[in-house]
Amino acid sequence: MNGAVKLSIMQVLSAYLFILILLLIVKRRGLNREKEIIISTTRMTLQLILTGYILTYILKNPNPFITLLVISIMEIFAIQNIIKRSKTKLSYELKKVVVFSMIVGTLFTLFYFILIVINIKPWYNPQYFIPLAGMIIGNSMTGISLGINKLIDGFKNQVDVIECSLMLGASPKDACKPILDNAFDSAILPTINSMVGMGIVFLPGMMTGQILSGSSPLVAIEYQIAIMLGILGSVSISVIIFLLFGYKTFFNNRMQIKREEL
Amino acid sequence: MFEVKNLKYKDILYIDHLNINKNSVTCIVGESGSGKTTLLKMLNNIISPDEGEIYFNRKEINQYNPIDLRRRVVMLPQTPIIYKGSILDNILIGKKFSKSEIYDIKEIENLLEKFNVNKNLNEPAENLSGGEKQRVCLIRVLIMNPEVILLDEPTSALDENTEDLVINYVVEYVKKNNKTLIMVTHSKEIAKKYSDHIIEITKRR
Ligand SMILES: Nc1ncnc2c1ncn2[C@@H]1O[C@H](COP(=O)(O)OP(=O)(O)OP(=O)(O)O)[C@@H](O)[C@H]1O
Ligand SMILES: [Mg+2]
Repeated sequence: MNGAVKLSIMQVLSAYLFILILLLIVKRRGLNREKEIIISTTRMTLQLILTGYILTYILKNPNPFITLLVISIMEIFAIQNIIKRSKTKLSYELKKVVVFSMIVGTLFTLFYFILIVINIKPWYNPQYFIPLAGMIIGNSMTGISLGINKLIDGFKNQVDVIECSLMLGASPKDACKPILDNAFDSAILPTINSMVGMGIVFLPGMMTGQILSGSSPLVAIEYQIAIMLGILGSVSISVIIFLLFGYKTFFNNRMQIKREEL
Repeated sequence: MFEVKNLKYKDILYIDHLNINKNSVTCIVGESGSGKTTLLKMLNNIISPDEGEIYFNRKEINQYNPIDLRRRVVMLPQTPIIYKGSILDNILIGKKFSKSEIYDIKEIENLLEKFNVNKNLNEPAENLSGGEKQRVCLIRVLIMNPEVILLDEPTSALDENTEDLVINYVVEYVKKNNKTLIMVTHSKEIAKKYSDHIIEITKRR
């Protein structure tokens, strides 16, 4: 392996030219977005520098506790993000379901991947564990976010249909089936669609990174295929767990819809 | 069959005492917003009163598994709900929910004909007119063969002749099969003509 060409500080700085171009356009057109652009560029820069140093330390000192600490932090951020991004305020019960489905769905997939698919030793090797965890957790996060919004929309728009089904003696689960199917579908569709264009329309980030750092494209695609399947698995598992427990929070113990919470 | 005691729901509905007999036809009347739908939903355990008790066959309604109760006491909501699929799918959905999928296609065709819906069972249900949807929803309830039938203005979208024809059939069916019918209606004539009891709900101001 020959490794990537190392960039000098000046080279990196020269890439900020693109931001200057963007700022110029925005200013000319009076779009009033300068502040956001500067803040987000600065945040990206600082966060990545910080992460770079932290990862350097972690990779040099592999330790199961640090690996677990890192994925705990990732999970917490992802869960907060889901809750923040949902269109309406989530009930306490639904938040608990989010936490449960994220943790179970992602950890199951992650450990299956680490222990069985690529069989890394030691299992906590941060060089593998952390990037894989990032991808799996990130994609499940997006999936559950989509699923939540569809579930809540479904309940709001279809409450009369669900109620009619209950009046006919349907179990809450049967009454919600169309909504749950729809929410599941919407949640996994982006992942499925992204697989279609992969390798032709775009090269996925992980694969690009591996190739840039000198891996053979054939090794890179092996990892990419495996991780894509892992991501799909993780998204499906976390979303289905979320939905199967989530719909129940809309009913009370008499199997009545909690209308006042919609 | 039903007994209601000291019922209170929000500041909408107050009922001190109410008895509904087995094998009877009861009509619920009262002005819009008085709480007729609310009462019907309570008998089907779709909502619960804030205070008071409801008994079904001398047993408090919450003692029943809600699903079992709703299969014995089936309610037709005020707005017709049409599911994705054909007319037949829509008629059978109640039976599908209770996992009893045996049905008699002749019986269904017969009901459609009796109710003046001249449509093929395989047509998509979403194309039906408002009044046709209402009758399809009613047939959906009838073929479930429940002990108690709760109908919330089942004929509000029908002309007087069709209304009379439909209600006449339903009442006959109820009497013949020893069922209990509780029906909300805006029509005083229908209430007078067909019911054994009339419950009038007044609005609290
Ligand atoms: N979940 C609810 N929360 C608060 N108020 C409600 C709720 N459901 C119904 N109401 C109110 O209760 C009152 C009675 O409603 P209900 O639907 O029972 O009336 P109704 O007698 O069936 O009227 P209509 O003849 O127009 O169908 C109405 O003022 C309605 O706005
Ligand atoms: Mg009503």
